[in-house]
Parts: sequence; structure tokens; C-alpha cells
Amino acid sequence: MDYDVAIIGAGAAGLTAAIYAVRAGKKTAVFEKLVAGGQIVNTPKISNYPGTPGISGAAWSQALEKQASDLGAEMIYDEVLQLEQVDNGFKLSTEDESYTARTVIVATGLNERKMEVPGEAKFIGRGVSFCATCDGSFYKDKTVAVVGGGNTALSDALYLSDLAKKVYLVHRRAEFRGEFALQEKIKTRKNVELVLGYMPIEVVGDKRVTGLKIREREGTLEKTLGVDGIFVAVGKIPSNQLIADLVELDEAGYAITDDKCGTKTPGLFVAGDGRVKELRQLVTATADGAVAASSAIDFLA
Amino acid sequence: MSVTEITSAEEFRKVVLESQTPVVVDFNADWCGPCQMLRPKIEKLAEGGAKIASVNIDELDDLAEEYEVASIPCLVKFAGGKEIDRKVGLLPEKKVAKFVEDTMVGSDEAEVEEA
Ligand SMILES: Cc1cc2nc3c(=O)[nH]c(=O)nc-3n(C[C@H](O)[C@H](O)[C@H](O)COP(=O)(O)OP(=O)(O)OC[C@H]3O[C@@H](n4cnc5c(N)ncnc54)[C@H](O)[C@@H]3O)c2cc1C
Repeated sequence: MDYDVAIIGAGAAGLTAAIYAVRAGKKTAVFEKLVAGGQIVNTPKISNYPGTPGISGAAWSQALEKQASDLGAEMIYDEVLQLEQVDNGFKLSTEDESYTARTVIVATGLNERKMEVPGEAKFIGRGVSFCATCDGSFYKDKTVAVVGGGNTALSDALYLSDLAKKVYLVHRRAEFRGEFALQEKIKTRKNVELVLGYMPIEVVGDKRVTGLKIREREGTLEKTLGVDGIFVAVGKIPSNQLIADLVELDEAGYAITDDKCGTKTPGLFVAGDGRVKELRQLVTATADGAVAASSAIDFLA
Repeated sequence: MSVTEITSAEEFRKVVLESQTPVVVDFNADWCGPCQMLRPKIEKLAEGGAKIASVNIDELDDLAEEYEVASIPCLVKFAGGKEIDRKVGLLPEKKVAKFVEDTMVGSDEAEVEEA
């Protein structure tokens, strides 16, 4: 076996698991397809993680990655495409290589859900965005649409209303799912227009986005909002494709684990946002990482 | 080689548009977390011989507008003064390496020497 502990995903959960596993003397590798840090790298300021008020997501991620690799975790920047059970452990395959490990901690987190309408993919980076805090400043004095009805959509609309000339908030239901306080705040913004009961059907544009075509959810009326940018905030989906056969998933695709992050497959643990839990934050992701690593360490004993 | 920090439109013209070989421009900003995470990888590739320039979109917003950069990180490849390809958002390290491959100055010779 190449490793005692293989960790998939170098977000908050995966890197914390690595710290615990290497400090227990286990040979540990962390696989990451993009960059260390995961979702939190998009945040300019983390205000609620204990002990580091105001730090940026990128700085926090860099510090965490350094801590894990200084302690001896091996960082492998590659996407794990397949995970299989083999005798006494697991085999992880990337495009060109394969690795074996006695235990695996899956910490692959969440991905943005797409609208899945024509034009969306084509215009990503040319008007379609999944991150208001990242791309909002490109839309100073422009017109944008935010699609979605949860907390992310509401806070994106608020954030953008300070920058853009006009913000359409498009939601397919008559009511928002997001926090009441956010809804009340939205109502005070004169440049936010609520477009309720409509769903997106197409992103239109030539070189760049010029509009969002929408249709009534319970009707046939269609119209096109003239916009320069579209912020998609229709939720997140767990990246659990790798473990669909090895782990019990709930109907939304989250991994069902016991309170030690264990799954129905012995030696396979799930940590972080990808598992069923109440609160998806850094502090719970790091906590999961520590718990999953200690479960893996016990399993190896 | 290191990453060339572009500080003016004039410098952009010289370093990027008038370059004899392809150049990749990394459009970024200080507040952009994914850009900060990508940066060390870009630097490593530049040290390995890739020709890469960096444009801070807040300092050179005219350039960002001219090239219709609407989301960062955004890597744009220029050859012969024109855009020939672009990648938006975070990419796997391997894909970044592949994207900048043809900017390697005299990459063929370098490979022969190493062999
Ligand atoms: C905009 C934004 C702001 C936020 N702000 C806060 C905040 O202020 N405070 C707070 O506590 N929380 C915040 N959160 C939530 C927090 O970011 C998450 O709870 C936390 O990042 C979850 O960590 P994770 O390790 O479970 O997953 P993720 O962060 O999703 O990390 C998963 C990692 O796995 C990698 N990966 C996935 N599949 C594979 C594969 N097959 N092979 C290799 N690698 C793979 C991904 O690339 C990613 O790096 C915020 C989230 C967002 C999106």
C-alpha cells in the first residue's frame, strides 16, 4: 500500500484530516484537483472562524496547506477519477496514475449547481458568474440578474445592488427561501426588482451576455431581461460521484455517515460539506476532518 | 523567467501584443482569492520557461474592458497581437501547464538539452 491515509479534496476538511493523520505518524497523501482551500478561497473575509477574525479565504487556505505539508502530508495536485475497494484497502485512480491506500477520507465538498439552460456554459466568464463577491466589481453601473431564492441569492442581490445600476432578482417561486432579515433588507433597495414566479430558460448574447430569457413557472409568458451579467445562485450539489456505490447517499446526494464520519464501507470516511449535517461551515468542516482522521487512525490500529 | 507585471497599456503593447512568441496574460486582482491561489502555480510555470504576464484589472481596468474580462482568474493567450485562446476560472495545475505550453521560449531546444 502506498499510503495509510489517502484524502480526496484539499479543502478545510481534507487538510485538517491530513494534519491529524500525519501527526499520528500515518503516511498521508492529499489529492486536490484545483487549488488548496476549496470553496473558502472565494471569500475576501472570514469573520466567524474562531481565532482568525477578518482573514481572507485565500490567506487562510495557504496557511492551512502549508501547515499540512510542513508536517509531512504529501500534496498531489490531480483529480481522483475513480475509487475502488481492493484487498486490504482502496485504489485511487487519476488520469495517468493509480495509488493504493489502507484508508480513504473523502472530503470533496460541494459544487455550484448550474441553471442547465442553453447559453449558460458558453457565457461562463463572459457574463455568467457563480460568485458575486468575485465578479461583482465588473458590473459597476451595469444591469445584472441574480437567479435563485435562498440566502446566497439574497445576499448576492444585496451585494450587487451597491455596485450595479439595477439588479433583477429572479426566483421561480412566489416566495424566497432565504432568511427573513435578508428579505426585508432587499425590499428597501430601490434598484432591486423582484421577478417572482419565473424561471430562466436561456442565456442570450453574442460575444457577451446581453440578456436572460425567462418563462412563467405556472404559465406560458416569456420575456427577456436585458442584462450585462447573470449571477447564478441556485444552490450547491455535493461532489459525491466517486463514492456513489460505496456510501449511502440521501436523496440530495449527501453522504450518510455515523458520528465518527464512518460509512458502510469499512476504512472509508466522509468529512466536510459533502456529508449530511445541519451546519456547513469551516468550523464544522475542520471538526469533521479531525474526527474522520482519528477514525481512520483507530481503523489502522 | 518570472511573471512580467504589466503596469501600463504601453508596456502591455510591448510585452504582449508585439511579442514574437505567444504570451499568456493572467488577469487578476488583489481581492480575488482564487487568483491568489493560482499565482504560485503561474510563477512556477514562468520559472520553468513559460512566458506569462500579469495584469491587475483594478489598476488597468481599460485593458480588462478591452479584452472583455468579466470574471477572474482569467488566462488569455495572445499570439501575433491577437487573442487566440482563453480559460476562465480555476483550472487544474496540469491544464494550466498545458495552456501555457506553447509560450515556452525555445521549448524544443530546452527539452533536447534536458534529455
Ligand atoms: C462564497 C462562500 C463564502 C463562505 N464563507 C464562509 C465563512 O465566512 N465562514 C465559514 O465558516 N464558512 C464559509 N463558507 C462555507 C465553507 O467554505 C465550507 O463550509 C467549507 O469550505 C467546506 O469545506 P470542505 O473541505 O468540506 O469542502 P470544499 O471547500 O468544497 O473543498 C473540497 C475540495 O475537494 C476538491 N475535490 C473535489 N472533488 C475532487 C476529486 N475528485 N479529486 C480531487 N479533488 C477534488 C475540490 O476541488 C475542493 O478543493 C463559505 C462558502 C462560500 C461558497
